[in-house]
Amino acid sequence: MQARHSIFRTGFVHAALIAYTLISLFPVFLTVINSFKDRNAIFRAPLSVPTPQTFSLIGYQTVLGQGDFATYFQNSFIVTIVAIALVLLFGAMAAFALSEYRFRGNTLMGLYLAIGIMIPIRLGTVAILQGMVAANLVNTLTALILVYTAQGLPLAVFILSEFMRTVSDDLKNAGRIDGLSEYSIFFRLVLPLIRPAMATVAVFTMIPIWNDLWFPLILAPAEATKTVTLGSQIFIGQFVTNWNAVLAALSLAILPVLVLYVIFSRQLIRGITAGAVK
Amino acid sequence: MSNATSLQEGQPTARRPKRWHILVFLLPALLVYSAVMILPLIETLRLSLFNMVDGQPTFVGLANFQVLFGDERWAHDFWNALKNNVIFFIIHMCVQNPIGVALAAMLSIPKLRFVTFYRTAIFLPTLLSFVIVGFIWKLILSPIWGVAPWMLDLVGLKSMFAPWLGKPGSALIAVSLISVWQYVGIPMMLIYAALLNIPDEVIEAAECDGVTGWSQFWKIKLPLILPAIGIISILTFVGNFNAFDLVYTVQGALAGPDGSTDILGTLLYRTFFGFQLQLGDRSMGATIATVMFLIILAGVSLYLFVIQRRMRRYQF
Repeated sequence: MQARHSIFRTGFVHAALIAYTLISLFPVFLTVINSFKDRNAIFRAPLSVPTPQTFSLIGYQTVLGQGDFATYFQNSFIVTIVAIALVLLFGAMAAFALSEYRFRGNTLMGLYLAIGIMIPIRLGTVAILQGMVAANLVNTLTALILVYTAQGLPLAVFILSEFMRTVSDDLKNAGRIDGLSEYSIFFRLVLPLIRPAMATVAVFTMIPIWNDLWFPLILAPAEATKTVTLGSQIFIGQFVTNWNAVLAALSLAILPVLVLYVIFSRQLIRGITAGAVK
Repeated sequence: MSNATSLQEGQPTARRPKRWHILVFLLPALLVYSAVMILPLIETLRLSLFNMVDGQPTFVGLANFQVLFGDERWAHDFWNALKNNVIFFIIHMCVQNPIGVALAAMLSIPKLRFVTFYRTAIFLPTLLSFVIVGFIWKLILSPIWGVAPWMLDLVGLKSMFAPWLGKPGSALIAVSLISVWQYVGIPMMLIYAALLNIPDEVIEAAECDGVTGWSQFWKIKLPLILPAIGIISILTFVGNFNAFDLVYTVQGALAGPDGSTDILGTLLYRTFFGFQLQLGDRSMGATIATVMFLIILAGVSLYLFVIQRRMRRYQF
């Protein structure tokens, strides 16, 4: 009796989870399969997979021919990678200072850096734009990199200092006795040990940067500095009646996220589940 | 200077030399963070107290806020955006978070198979950009393509279909549900982590007392994951009152139809940047940003000082 009840319950749970999984994946699946079909097939049978008769790459040809997607991708890569590198370096340094040394104002400094976890940087946009205009940085990737570095730092410092507290003091003190400077202790002893935490922070930092629309729209809307998110937004806006092109552009925009997710999903999910509850 | 050092040297516990490395470690992060985040935020708050009078920026006190709350031209847009934003938030709280908790509860059943697959798949939409999500749903809900009516037909509800995004009455709900679809993964993951962290002894003790299944979830697990529910609530709150991208992608900067999906983020964008015939207005933009700041600050303070205090100390 107990066993039958439990099988029934497990079956119900699986049914519910499968149903929700379908809801999550269906829109993405629909977009990708239709991007490989000709226009008639998109409308006649939106839910069927492309067959040899309906297969067509016309959408991709339009996108790659008309839009400047190579530049957009390059811009997004540069901005994301440089910003992540700066967040990790500066964040780890600050986290080390806060977790390793006791000095006056330590707690206050920690709180100051934590403000940015809850208060979104977007609210300062009016003055950020003003500042970027004054510094002559509008329509440069530098402006975006600076903003994203500032945006990523609070959470990075917070997560990394939690991890740095777990690095053994004996190890650091042994280093000090061997005559290592504080800088070598940080770069040669501590950094290698917190690499897993750095990977988690990198993934967390990357997603909002890659997907952001607000700051590219306001700080760097020029053709040469468009990111892929802004580029596809504008491209799709212009080609809104060309369904092949729209679906192909969407699929191309999904692709890098999908690839990275497949590679990093374990890291990301472990990061959320471990970092969330201590 | 030399006096001071000699004095200190005379003391039994000689002060350590100035530890410059602490400053070196802190400085880069502090500089970027202060210059690009904190100072602009303060400057924005300050700008909200100024406006152009005869071409000169002049201190006007709270006049900008009076205009925003009371002036015919501004107040209508502002209260509309605030009301929509509140509805947007309520829909998230009532749909996204319960679904997230339910999914997490199912995923955390011991010895359930394919958990990793479900988790990975359900979390996927969270990683997509608003641009992708917005356009995909725009296409699916479009009456031209006919995917949504076709699917409703499968369950015999075809007559229910309407161009939801195009109707003032349903557009806000449709946009909110798209956002819920995208973000349900975050509450799911956080609650899932909290559920896994409940010690086995607690569950075993409950089972010994005959508390199982539903009543175990309601009486034992739910109280223990309340702190995590607090965290997802405040994250939802901050995210919702700061939202912009999805509405901009799906409905454009005017947040149509007829302003029915206008939220504070889109209002800020239009006000500050201008749109079509409307010129950008920096002071009023800063004023709206300040109001958003105060709303978020109020929410965060309520959480930190009232809600979190009542629960056990919790770190995330």
